[in-house]
Amino acid sequence: MTPELGHGAIIVAGLLAIYGALVSAIGGRTGRTALLESAQHAALGVFGLVTFAMLLLIYSFLTFDFSVRYVAMNTNLQTPYYFRITALWGALEGSLILWAWMVALYTLIVILRHRHNARELYPWVLTTMLGVAAFFLIVMAVPAPPFERMTPIPANGRGLNPLLEDTGMITHPVALYLGFTGFTVPFAFAVGALATGRVGDRWITLTRRWTIVAWYFLSLGLLIGGWWSYHVLGWGGYWAWDPVENAAFMPWLTGTAFLHSVMIQERRRMLKLWNIGLVIMTFALTLFGTFLTRSGVIASVHAFTQGAIGVFFLSFLSLVVLVSLALLAWRWEALAAEGELDSVVSRESAFLLNNVLLVAATFTVFFGTVFPLLSEAVRGVKVSVGAPFFNQVTVPLFLGLLFLMGVGPLIAWRRASRDNLRRNFLWPIAIGIVSAAIIFAAGVRSTLAVLTLALTVFVTATVAVDFVRATRARLRMGEGLLPAMGGLLVRHNRRYGGFAIHLGILVIAVGVTGSQAWSLHREATLKKGEAVELAGYTFQFAGLAARDAGNHFLVESTFKVTNGNIAPREMRPAKKFYPQEQSPIAHVDYRLGWVEDLYLVLGDFERDGSQATVKVQVNRMVSWIWIGGVVLTLGTLLAILPDRKKPA
Amino acid sequence: MKRRSLRWLLPVAALPVLALLAYGFRVNHRDIPSPLVGRPATAFTLTSYAGEPMSLEAHRGRVVVVNFWASWCIPACYEEAPVLERNWRAYRDRGVMVLGVDIQDKPDAGRKFIEQFSLTFPNALDPTGKVSIDYGVYGVPETFFIDARGRIRAKHVGAVTDAVFQREVDRLLAEAK
Repeated sequence: MTPELGHGAIIVAGLLAIYGALVSAIGGRTGRTALLESAQHAALGVFGLVTFAMLLLIYSFLTFDFSVRYVAMNTNLQTPYYFRITALWGALEGSLILWAWMVALYTLIVILRHRHNARELYPWVLTTMLGVAAFFLIVMAVPAPPFERMTPIPANGRGLNPLLEDTGMITHPVALYLGFTGFTVPFAFAVGALATGRVGDRWITLTRRWTIVAWYFLSLGLLIGGWWSYHVLGWGGYWAWDPVENAAFMPWLTGTAFLHSVMIQERRRMLKLWNIGLVIMTFALTLFGTFLTRSGVIASVHAFTQGAIGVFFLSFLSLVVLVSLALLAWRWEALAAEGELDSVVSRESAFLLNNVLLVAATFTVFFGTVFPLLSEAVRGVKVSVGAPFFNQVTVPLFLGLLFLMGVGPLIAWRRASRDNLRRNFLWPIAIGIVSAAIIFAAGVRSTLAVLTLALTVFVTATVAVDFVRATRARLRMGEGLLPAMGGLLVRHNRRYGGFAIHLGILVIAVGVTGSQAWSLHREATLKKGEAVELAGYTFQFAGLAARDAGNHFLVESTFKVTNGNIAPREMRPAKKFYPQEQSPIAHVDYRLGWVEDLYLVLGDFERDGSQATVKVQVNRMVSWIWIGGVVLTLGTLLAILPDRKKPA
Repeated sequence: MKRRSLRWLLPVAALPVLALLAYGFRVNHRDIPSPLVGRPATAFTLTSYAGEPMSLEAHRGRVVVVNFWASWCIPACYEEAPVLERNWRAYRDRGVMVLGVDIQDKPDAGRKFIEQFSLTFPNALDPTGKVSIDYGVYGVPETFFIDARGRIRAKHVGAVTDAVFQREVDRLLAEAK
C-alpha cells in the first residue's frame, strides 16, 4: 500500500505543479492576484506531497520493503540503518525525489522572501520554479518511478553500491544537488526579467545571495566529491576529468563568471545580455550534467541506469535552452548596455577578462567531454579524452584567473590611474617576484609550481595590502585595532567575504599544485617481514588477517610504518569482497597530515598471507585542498551576512 | 534590418549541440563484441545444486544455453529466470539443454533462488569463479548460446527475453539439421 500511496503523491504533486505554473503565468499576464495566490497554494501542496513521498520511500528503506524495486536494488538486510536512509539518493529514482524536494523547498523560500519585493517578476519566477519541479515529477511519474513494484519479491536486496557506503557519499550528493537546484532561482528570475522586459538590475540584486549560496553548495559538492574519490577509490587522486566531474564543474565555472560579471552590471549598467546569458548557460549546464550522468550517452566511471529517462532530460534541456534563448533574442534591444568601457586598464576589463577565461575554460571542458560523442558521430571512431588534454588547455587559463584574482578587486573602476596602480600593486608585485626567486632557490624546478605559488603570494599580498590600509584608516579615526578589523569585515562583508573566498581558492590552488608536483608513490611486492621505503618512511609488511565483516568479507594487511621522527605506527590497508560485486574493493588506509599524507592501498596477495603487493603513496599538501574548503565556507558565510546600515 | 534577424541565430546555434546529444542515444558503450563468439566453448564440470555432476561435455551434439546468474542480481536475473524456465520446458524435447551457472554466491541464497522460481534445468554454483573467468563474464546475467558442434555462437548481456532465446536457439537448431 505504501508504494502506491507514494506514487500517487508524486502524480498529484506533478499535476499541482503544472497547474501552479500555468495559473501563475496567467495571473502575471492579467494581474489577477487571486490566481497568484492559488499558485502559491499549489506550490505549498507540491512541497507537502513531495515531502510525504520522500518520507514514504525512507520508510520503505527502513522496513526493508523489497517489493519496492528501488529498495531491493539499493539495500539488503545487512545495510546499516543510516545507509538505508542515505540510500535514498544512492541511485537515480531516489535522487530525483531529493531533487524535486529541493526545488519545491526553494520555491517555498522564494515565495516567502520575494512575493512582495519582486512584484512584476514574481509570477514568472513562480511559473519557472514550478515548471522545473513539474519536470522532475513527470520523470518520476513516467520513466523512473521510485515506487515501482518488483515481482517476485526477492528474499534479500542487492545492497547499496559498496563504494557509496561512506560519509562522503552521504553528503556529496546533497551538497551538489543543493547547488544544482539552487541555480534554478537565479534562472527563474532571469526568465522573469526577460518575460516582463524588466532586465535592469532588480533581478540581479534580488538573486545575489541565491547565486552565492548555490555557487557555494556546488563548490562544496565538488570538494566533497574530491575527498570521497581520494579516500575511497584508492587511486590517490581527487580529480580525474571524468565526464561526470566535468558535468558538475562546468556550471561552477559559468556560475563563478556570473558572480563577477553581475558586479559590472550593478556598477556600470553593462553586460545585461551577457549576465542573462550566463545564468541561462549555468542552469542549462546543471541539466546537461544530470542528462550526462543519467542517460548513459557518454561512457563514464559513474555508470548509472540508462533508459528512457535520457530522452526526457534531453527534451527538457532543449526546451529550456531554446525558449530562454528565444526570449533573449526577443528582448535584444532592452539588453543593450547603458555604460561603456572607458579604458582597458580598469576593473571592468579585469572582470571581463575573468569572464572570458572562465567561459573559455567551460567550452574547453565541454568540448573535451562531448568530443568522444562527436568523434563517433562524425568518423565512427571510439576515442576517449583524458586528463592530459584538459590539463594542458585549462591550466594556463587558471593561471590567468589567479593573476586576475589579485588585480580585479583593487584596480579602479572606469580608468585606473598610475597612482592607483602604484599604490595597490607595487608591493604585491615585488613580493610576488621575490617569492618566486625564493621558491626557485629552495629547489623547486617545476615552472608551473613556481608560477602558481608566486601568483598565490602576489594575490595574498594584494588582499593584505587592502586590509592593512583599510584598518589603518579606521585606526586614524580613533578605533581600536580589533574593533577596526571586525568592523571592516562586518560593514564591508561583501568585499571581505569575497576576499576570504579568494583566499580559500588560493589555498586549494596551493594544494593542487603541491600534490601534483611533489607527491611520491611506489609499488612493491613484499614477503612477510620485508619492507619498502619511500620519502624517509619505512613500510614493513607484518602480515594478513581475514574476517567476515557482516555484509562483506575483509582481508586486512598490517604494515609497520616508521621514520626517524615519529613513533612506529600501524597501517591496515584492506580489500573488501562483496558478494554482489565482480571485483574486490580496496579499502585505503591513510594518515592525513598538514604537509604530507601517508596512503596505502593493498593490491594482490597470497591466500596464506606470506606475500602482498602494496601501493605506497606519500601525497603532499592534499590536506590544503580540504582546508581551502573550510576557508571558502567561512568566506561565503561572511558574504551572505545581512547588509548593515552604514553608520551615519 | 539585418541585425534584427541575426539575433535569432542564437537559439538556432544551440540546435546542432542538442542534435549531437540526441545522437548519443544510438551509442551503446557496453556493446563490446566478445572475442569468444565463434570459438569452441571451454569445457567445465561442476556439481549441481541437485548434487549431480553438471558438465558441458555431456551435452555435445546438442544446442546448449549457458546462463550465468546470481541470487543478488536484482532485477535482471529475477526477470529472466521465468523466461529461461519457460523456454527450457518448451525446447527440451527438441534436444536443447539449458545450464545455469551461479557465480559469486552463497549456496543457501542460490538454492532459495532456484526454489523461488521452481527451476527444473540444472544449475550449479561456480565456487572458484573459474568458469565465469573462462567465459569472460563481466556482469550477471550473461548468456552464451552454444551450437551442436560445441562452439559459442552468440552472447547476450542482460536479461534474456523470449524473443532473444527463441531467435538464437531456432537459428542453431535449424543449422543442426
